[in-house]
Amino acid sequence: MISAPLLRLTKITKSFGAVRALKGVSFELNSGEVHALLGENGAGKSTLIKVITGAHKPDGGTLEIAGSQVSDLTPTRARELGIACIYQQPALFAELSVAENIGLRLECGATFGCVNWKKLHANALRLLKQIGAEIDPEALVRSLSMPQQQLVEIACALGSGAKTVIMDEPTASLTRTEQELLFGVVHTLKASGAGIVYISHRLEEIFALADRVTVLRDGESISTQAVRDPEGVVLISETELISLMVGRPVSALYPPKAKVTGEPVLELCAVGCKESGVEEVSLTVHAGEVLGLAGLVGAGRTELARIIFGITPADSGTMALNGAQVRVLSPRHAVELGIGYVPEDRRRHGLIMQMPIDQNMTMAVHPKIFPNSLLNFRAETAIGVHFIEKLGIKASGPAALGGSLSGGNQQKVSLARWLATQPSLLILDEPTQGVDVGAKSEIHRLIRELANEGMGVLLISSDLPEVLGLSDRIAVMRGGRLVDTLDSTQATATSVMAAALRSA
Amino acid sequence: MKRYSRELTVAIALSALLVWLAIFAPHFFQPQPLLARLTAQVPVLVLTIGMSVVIISRQIDISVGSQFGVCAVVAGLTSAAGAPLSLALIAATLTGTAMGALNGFLVAWLGLPSIVVSLATMVTWAEVLRLFQQGRFINLPAGVQWFGFSQFVGQASLLFFALGLLGAMAYFLKNRTGGRHFYAVGSDSEAARLAGINPKGVTMLSFVLMGTLTGLAAFCNMVQSPQVDPKCGVGLEMKAIAAAVVGGIAVTGGRGGLWGAFFGLLLLATINPALTYMHIDAYWEKAIQGLVILLAVIADGLRTKRSAA
Repeated sequence: MISAPLLRLTKITKSFGAVRALKGVSFELNSGEVHALLGENGAGKSTLIKVITGAHKPDGGTLEIAGSQVSDLTPTRARELGIACIYQQPALFAELSVAENIGLRLECGATFGCVNWKKLHANALRLLKQIGAEIDPEALVRSLSMPQQQLVEIACALGSGAKTVIMDEPTASLTRTEQELLFGVVHTLKASGAGIVYISHRLEEIFALADRVTVLRDGESISTQAVRDPEGVVLISETELISLMVGRPVSALYPPKAKVTGEPVLELCAVGCKESGVEEVSLTVHAGEVLGLAGLVGAGRTELARIIFGITPADSGTMALNGAQVRVLSPRHAVELGIGYVPEDRRRHGLIMQMPIDQNMTMAVHPKIFPNSLLNFRAETAIGVHFIEKLGIKASGPAALGGSLSGGNQQKVSLARWLATQPSLLILDEPTQGVDVGAKSEIHRLIRELANEGMGVLLISSDLPEVLGLSDRIAVMRGGRLVDTLDSTQATATSVMAAALRSA
Repeated sequence: MKRYSRELTVAIALSALLVWLAIFAPHFFQPQPLLARLTAQVPVLVLTIGMSVVIISRQIDISVGSQFGVCAVVAGLTSAAGAPLSLALIAATLTGTAMGALNGFLVAWLGLPSIVVSLATMVTWAEVLRLFQQGRFINLPAGVQWFGFSQFVGQASLLFFALGLLGAMAYFLKNRTGGRHFYAVGSDSEAARLAGINPKGVTMLSFVLMGTLTGLAAFCNMVQSPQVDPKCGVGLEMKAIAAAVVGGIAVTGGRGGLWGAFFGLLLLATINPALTYMHIDAYWEKAIQGLVILLAVIADGLRTKRSAA
């Protein structure tokens, strides 16, 4: 290395009250490098990022930016020094246009200056072109999809001439093509001499993109390694990385599949809904079976789930539950019929953040565990304690508020809600999105256990290895239609993707 | 203990005020005026119960003052026409229920913001009442005031009834699944819907309940005096909202309980007589009440911030 690294952190420590979030993290980022940051949820990644962006002041250790030590970093100072962060949830102004958002971010100094609209638009257009994003600069941010908003964020980072770009799980909600686009942007940034700190739970992305990888565990940097040697030979394996993250070797990543499946639980026949663009879907889920629902984002998988659960009731076709014809008209009706649904956006709708977790768990089972609609607080606490133990939920107790848990544990609570109702059909929408490796394999094991107990599981996931590893059969959707159903013993990543992408 | 910290704070503040009064103004506790003061608060207490449920469901109803006036006039006219008291009670509660249902329908089914809906109905009912009644008081026949009993029996029975209602509603909110649904919808209505709760129904119910209780409150007000003032409801919505907020019910929905609101009402209602006994000019009452409300909101804000950190 000729020049000093863009970023060098040495033995950074940070505590919040009694909790030591960072116990000594060292990290280095060179110009023109993609440095992946790996770790389970709670390993300290977010805290580390906040130290780098100046949101948190470290308690100890040194922070050098471009060779000079910085002791009092603030978010403004960090931005001036060329540090940009693209968060999972883009922080844009929804009611302003794309160009205005980009303009605001780049010219934050001129509060009372005049807005040069022409320049604003030209600039926005140039930046968006540069990253290959087809977004109208005049469009309101509110009207953009999550991935499009992320691209706008990247355009902002690019426009501000950032040397250090932090990407926090940028692909969590992207489709395959958008991912490719993003990877292209990463390469462009890299070629221009910027350094990228790349955070993702998807290991295959690390292998595709990263030059080096640093693994964090319990607030410490465990190891930093090159991903490949100068000849491009990969130096580290997936299992090695996982065991570094978890601190123990992870045996089988996916539980064994179902041996026998039972009677059909759910039978859809040519089901459609004009409002949500789903057309003529026919499929069957059997008791004891995990049916994976694969497809690109926007292929109609979540929409199908919402039809089955009665959020947007079907307007054509027929649906049978346990052999009986039903029309599900509302979620309430669905719950009564024995359908459970863990929604995609659990941070918003999977559980009620300001309610204790035991109350969250009993939310959907009121009629079952509280006969005569009389709440029994002792029984409620017992249910909370039972599931905290059974699912290994990390919480201070059943009275802990939902919002105080980490993502993986919140997901377990929303699973527990449906375990307590014992539905015959359970729909899971992206159950492990944003969940760390350890909790992920626990959730996988749970899903399989539920199926083994005789539940029919409909699993929606954009994580292809997960769909392949966990499902007994895989149904593929494209453009609101069901295009193929594959047996998991024959399905491969290629065959599923081919079905999802094949042009009609 | 932590779960009840809001209620405890208000209860402690109230006890401190009462202890202070016991030491420096023991006259405050003379039975007859004390009973009269408590009874005078019965209509507001009944409104506060409804308002608490509405706020817990993350809605607001500022039309209850106007609704109260309409119900009072309906009850008054019914009684003045010589109908028995029970019929006046039914007329008042049905009128209130209908007005609450209108608010509920507009908010729950048309998805309109409750502050705007109830602002509109507040003005509408007040104007309808003004045009219809033109400020005329309604003289009530003998036998309406205190149900025709002695003042003491009338006051005691009103108080007894209000406390019973409070207890029953507090029990419902805390111990019944139906009560829990108000909290769930007020915390996150979409999450509640996905858990199989019907948020529209719950929101509707909160407004209908508010309306019914408003009718009931207007009736409880009527039987305390020999005539009905058509302006008797003016400003009552603010008293009910203030009591709920001071009592620790979060305006962001989903948190708080009825006992807190009850203590909040007692605290606010004690300030005025306390000032009199302390020989402080009564003009200070509103300012001090405002300060108490502000303190309650600040305390809640700090608590929320701390628990979020």
